Amino acid sequence: MGTEPKQTPGKPGGKRQFRIWRGDETGGDLQDYQVEVNEGEVVLDVIHRLQATDAPDLACRWNCKAGKCGSCSMEINGKPRLSCMTRMSTFDETETVTVTPLRTFPVIRDLVTDVSFNYEKARETPAFAPPADVAPGDYRMQQVDVERSQEFRKCIECFLCQNVCHVIRDHEENKPAFSGPRFFIRAAELDMHPLDARTDRKEYAQAEMGLGFCNITKCCTEVCPEHIKITDNGIIPMKERVVDRRYDPLVWLGSKIFRRGQVPQTSVTSGHSSGAVTGSPVHGGLHSHAGGSHDAQAERQAQQGVNWHREVPHPTAPAVDVNGKLPLTELTFDRAAAPSPFGDDVTFPLPPEHLNFAHPQQDEPKH
Amino acid sequence: MTETRIERHHYDVVVIGAGGAGLRAAIEARLAGKRTAIISKSLFGKAHTVMAEGGAAAAMGNVNARDNWQVHFRDTMRGGKFLNNFRMAELHAKEAPQRIWELETYGALFDRTKDGKISQRNFGGHEYPRLAHVGDRTGLELIRTLQQKIVSLQQEDKREHGDYEARIKVFAETTITELLLDGDRVAGAFGYYRESGEFVLFEAPAVVLATGGVGRSYKVTSNSWEYTGDGHALALRAGATLINMEFLQFHPTGMVWPPSVKGILVTESVRGDGGVLKNSEGKRFMFDYVPDVFRKQYADNEAEADRWYKDPDNNRRPPELLPRDEVARAINSEVKEGRGTPAGGVYLDIASRLPAEEIRRRLPSMYHQFKELADVDITKEPMEVGPTCHYVMGGVEVDPDSGAAYGTVRGLFAAGEVSGGMHGSNRLGGNSLSDLLVFGKRAGGHAASYADQLAARPKVAVAAVEAAVETALAPLQRDTGESPYTLQQDLQAVMGDLVGIIRREGELVDALARLAELRERVAKVSAAGGRRYNPGWHLALDLRNMLVVSECTAKAALERQESRGGHTREDHPGMDPKWRRVNLVCALDGDVVRLTQKPLPAMRPELISLFDRAELAKYLTDEELAEFDALAEEER
Ligand SMILES: Cc1cc2nc3c(=O)[nH]c(=O)nc-3n(C[C@H](O)[C@H](O)[C@H](O)COP(=O)(O)OP(=O)(O)OC[C@H]3O[C@@H](n4cnc5c(N)ncnc54)[C@H](O)[C@@H]3O)c2cc1C
Ligand code: SF4
Ligand code: SF4
Ligand code: FES
Repeated sequence: MGTEPKQTPGKPGGKRQFRIWRGDETGGDLQDYQVEVNEGEVVLDVIHRLQATDAPDLACRWNCKAGKCGSCSMEINGKPRLSCMTRMSTFDETETVTVTPLRTFPVIRDLVTDVSFNYEKARETPAFAPPADVAPGDYRMQQVDVERSQEFRKCIECFLCQNVCHVIRDHEENKPAFSGPRFFIRAAELDMHPLDARTDRKEYAQAEMGLGFCNITKCCTEVCPEHIKITDNGIIPMKERVVDRRYDPLVWLGSKIFRRGQVPQTSVTSGHSSGAVTGSPVHGGLHSHAGGSHDAQAERQAQQGVNWHREVPHPTAPAVDVNGKLPLTELTFDRAAAPSPFGDDVTFPLPPEHLNFAHPQQDEPKH
Repeated sequence: MTETRIERHHYDVVVIGAGGAGLRAAIEARLAGKRTAIISKSLFGKAHTVMAEGGAAAAMGNVNARDNWQVHFRDTMRGGKFLNNFRMAELHAKEAPQRIWELETYGALFDRTKDGKISQRNFGGHEYPRLAHVGDRTGLELIRTLQQKIVSLQQEDKREHGDYEARIKVFAETTITELLLDGDRVAGAFGYYRESGEFVLFEAPAVVLATGGVGRSYKVTSNSWEYTGDGHALALRAGATLINMEFLQFHPTGMVWPPSVKGILVTESVRGDGGVLKNSEGKRFMFDYVPDVFRKQYADNEAEADRWYKDPDNNRRPPELLPRDEVARAINSEVKEGRGTPAGGVYLDIASRLPAEEIRRRLPSMYHQFKELADVDITKEPMEVGPTCHYVMGGVEVDPDSGAAYGTVRGLFAAGEVSGGMHGSNRLGGNSLSDLLVFGKRAGGHAASYADQLAARPKVAVAAVEAAVETALAPLQRDTGESPYTLQQDLQAVMGDLVGIIRREGELVDALARLAELRERVAKVSAAGGRRYNPGWHLALDLRNMLVVSECTAKAALERQESRGGHTREDHPGMDPKWRRVNLVCALDGDVVRLTQKPLPAMRPELISLFDRAELAKYLTDEELAEFDALAEEER
């Protein structure tokens, strides 16, 4: 009857090659699919088309299809992404698109993983403590003061940052003691909340949430679809006022688990081959982060492995005060001079392969 | 069938739905000391409420001190074309500010005014800036805040009882397929875990429905897969009634291009902040579509409209800010008359109206959404938008004060989008988020006291559970039926084409015939695969809910021979005061939808006298006007 907007289907772009991990906790493998892809579609559209045609029981989570709910997290060509925000036009026409479930969490079925770890950690993070003497309706806060916390409240709980963090990716044993970047920014948010009545957010994060495990590799910031500056604006300020350096389990961890030189392999861009992905995401290796894996094959793959940092983010501007200066906390700090913005445990010079390089023309359209 | 394993739980109050309404209800029930379960089809914190962008309407008067609950009440009634349940509109307007302030004590961080109060923004249909907001992610803030409040209650319970889940537990990715009754009283809810496909039975004397809307029955929709009208259907099958099902809101500005994002919304605040609608000839066409009832408030020339953004007290508002149904209809007729964009929409232009920097600051997530999803830079080029199925005004008929469902059932409560009446024939933007809080709290509280009053807990009948198991497993055991995806597409085609934004008698009759055919096919649907996280099976079970709710909409749309709010009949274009006095009530008789007419409750004198006589004259019958005059006489 023509009252609905006329349907103008995108130009059919022909069939594309997909490899999707199918299976459950007992195992599984990548299966090949040929799917029709139309102009303007995203990966989630393709998965929906598969469900409606070849694979009606293909399991995948989604809700909003607009990058707002954080349900549709998966690894696309090894890179943790929201599938509803990954446009097909970002791939080559001939490129095989490989879709696997989040690796850090146990698989339930196909692309669906058990993310209950995150909900447990959420429950362990102390809640907002309302000020005792302010009645509802009398809360007064300035916009500049709420903005810092608001940045962290943009979080859609997609758990991509949790998934990518090397402390728990492939390190099941660290999970009990480590809350992960999502909850570090929750703690930071409350720490910066103008009216939160608790004063020990930083100390708590250090003592109970495993903040010290974090060695500021910034992988979490790189994958965050909300572009939250998890490390620069959240984690680093939280680490700033740590009372006692020996408290930091990282020092212990560094000597215990990692051989120290290998630790921050994370912000490295290791070549541009988007190598084939094989094996189960549970046992196989897409990418080994921390050199902590003992699986020789996984190690090898990690070396030439999938490069999921293809887009290096721009360096973030330092958080300067009104005078354009970095805030100095020397007076209250336990060491001489201000803390290193790179974290306390980084020594200089950095090995060259650990440096990020953002091409100045990165944002200009590539032709 | 009795050998099927069924997990059993006992609770005092079971809340179905973890959106704003469900979470607020659960908080209230837990605060009343009840053991409370929250059930949700998706993960905790992902419900549809996260998608709300614009804000939550509450007359706090922070930006314009002239605002108060009476003005908000008036706007709500006007928006709903006086078909609203006046008592709900009254409670909503009065209680919304407290509900918003309460969120701050849970940790919410709204945007602020200069003097540190909660900032409020303009929105279509609201006389003063009224929407509390956080950038354009207000729904996310709302749901996260409530989610975190529940966590904080769980932490309290942990301190007190040693167990986080001592008094409140969230069952995520769990779908309820059936409500179980003991006589006319609710005894429990039956469903399955999506992850494992295992069945679960909740025994509880009180159930709160907060399942949201029905939009998945439409082709172009802003709604997610969750919106299959489950709560509406559960209520019907339990003996409750639905009202106002003919009223669906089509959001005027959904994206129409590119196709992958068809239906995704462009928030109203784009227009509130200066965005204008243009047709393919570049004409700002909304001036041609200001209905007489709104002439007093809306500008008829561009100059005045543009002045309004700076000086709202001395100028009339731009017509782009007319209520949604007016805007949707205007766009629709522009497109039909051939002045649409190639993709079948119109242009929404903010690029030429504000500096790029300002656009990015005011509409950050809109900017990102367009950039990332569509590769459109809204600071440089206009967007292509058109009407999208967005919100259902109709829903469970409830007692306005308690949220208890009418009909034959007791112990059933409803709040949020699944309940009906509050918004009349058309919801104002921003009134839903505050509706969730106001009536979520009420429903949770009243469900708790209902559970208290019961002398004995109702019992779940074994036979009913067995029947529920059988129904749930049926699609997996058949392999001769059609795919649920095909059936859903067919249903969407019927609803989109024949019961869409503009309706005609012939098409509605046709739609009913096709729905009857679909009913046969849906009864035989089969799903491939096993019980573990099988989306095909899940959809197969949702289909019967979508179907019965669609039947209600089509029947009511056929019956109501006038155009009002979210219901437009091309063959009955005007509003008819006689129809304003009527609610259409759907009930289930066996498995057939029965429609009855029910008079609307009359507004209390002190409320009706908030309106001008001239305004009322546009809506009321002569008889009602005479009563109003007599009233005015008395007061003098
Ligand atoms: C894109 C968009 C933008 C919007 N913007 C605004 C705005 O700016 N302002 C405003 O006021 N309103 C807005 N709305 C409307 C508003 O968001 C919704 O009406 C409101 O969020 C509905 O909330 P709810 O609590 O009723 O249900 P929802 O938040 O939808 O939650 C429903 C819950 O019920 C669960 N559920 C459903 N069926 C079952 C079942 N069978 N078993 C178990 N669980 C079930 C779901 O999993 C979910 O948890 C918008 C809506 C959309 C789509
Ligand atoms: S910076 Fe690296 S180590 Fe620290 S939380 Fe983020 S991903 Fe983990
Ligand atoms: S911080 Fe970013 S990446 Fe992490 S869960 Fe939140 S939105 Fe996702
Ligand atoms: S579906 Fe919601 S973020 Fe992708």
